[in-house]
Amino acid sequence: MPAYLGLFRRELLLSWRQGGEIGLALGFFVLAVVLFPLGVGPETEILRRIGAGVIWVAALLAAVLSLDRLFAADFGDGDLDLLVLSAIPLEGVVLVKCAAHWVTAGLPLVVLSPLLAVLLDLDAREIPILILGLLLGTPALSLLGAIAGALTLGARRPGVLSSLLVLPLYLPVLIFGSGAVEASVAGGARPHLLLLGALSLAALPLAPFATAAALRQALE
Amino acid sequence: MQVTAFIPEGDLVAENLACRRGERLIFARLSLTVPPGGAMVLTGANGSGKSSLLRLLATLLTPVTGRLLWDGALVSDDLPAYRARLHYVGHLDAIKPALGVRETLGFWAAMRGGDTAALDRALASFGLEAIADWPCRWLSAGQRRRLALARLITAPAPLWLLDEPGAALDADGAACLEAVVAAHRENGGRVVVATHQPIALPEASELRLGDFAAADLLAEF
Repeated sequence: MPAYLGLFRRELLLSWRQGGEIGLALGFFVLAVVLFPLGVGPETEILRRIGAGVIWVAALLAAVLSLDRLFAADFGDGDLDLLVLSAIPLEGVVLVKCAAHWVTAGLPLVVLSPLLAVLLDLDAREIPILILGLLLGTPALSLLGAIAGALTLGARRPGVLSSLLVLPLYLPVLIFGSGAVEASVAGGARPHLLLLGALSLAALPLAPFATAAALRQALE
Repeated sequence: MQVTAFIPEGDLVAENLACRRGERLIFARLSLTVPPGGAMVLTGANGSGKSSLLRLLATLLTPVTGRLLWDGALVSDDLPAYRARLHYVGHLDAIKPALGVRETLGFWAAMRGGDTAALDRALASFGLEAIADWPCRWLSAGQRRRLALARLITAPAPLWLLDEPGAALDADGAACLEAVVAAHRENGGRVVVATHQPIALPEASELRLGDFAAADLLAEF
């Protein structure tokens, strides 16, 4: 157990000290959303209708931006070899890294989202559903993203390749996430949220195995 | 130096190993034995497979043929137990610039189930006390190497696999390394070293990778 905690602490410490990375993804998230009112015009009618979708798409893209930092550094400097040989099984290493990635890349998006929701004039009833949806869906983004991050190790343009790989996997999260907000006015957000939670729960045990297999492949 | 002695287990034996990288068979029919307290130096030209052999012994690569035995038992039968028995220091230092020297050592000690008491010993054995609180981005190449090697001391393991451990080390660093390896062997530890630089390893056996070159054997596999 101290090994798991130590790894989690190290991951948080690294993203904190290389602080730019958290800020970068957050800045991208905010800017991408802010661009929409400027692009489609300030009519609140239109903004309210597309608002949830815009926030979800921006969250997806911001999550993709931060994927390559999951394993690339460890792969490049030899840390990955030692992690494979450590007392923690590689699947556990992946799980801890995903958890840390969610805390540093997913959770800040959730925290910022109400602000952006107000900016896009979302209905007061929709905002809690948006937050809840992001809270349930962003773990799946980190977990699925880890698979792509591991698969693209050693590739020449890992960032571009991993976004091509992972964005199709993110589709269900996007559909149910923005669907939940759309349905919330009618009071029918529950099934969407349950499905979002199911996606994250399904990814929780499966993604670490796929990711660990991809990492082993990369080390061969 | 007080280092915990290891229970004298049996030999590390590799039988009939062959290693392939891409389309090329690097070596084949390679067998070796490292007894407790034993040392083996791997020599050979660049590209002869020294690093690959070390990675095979560390189970980071899978051999095309052959098997590894520890104390007569197949390594692949209990991989976690075998991995807990070894320290691998590759040619990469595995150091994060944003972490401190002591932080780095402490983290890897925890990952290997080592205790914090060993930290000071590890820092001292490679003369790193004065820079223990520096962030690693300030370290020179030689200091990074010392830090990578200091990991050996943080958690006891009876098998050390060292890839060019002396690279970038000054005379004092090389002396530290030799002292640490000597103490390790005295306690029954084994060490396998790939190196181009002369390193004082009394009674070490030598394995010339060139003897097992197998470029023409690819058809067999």
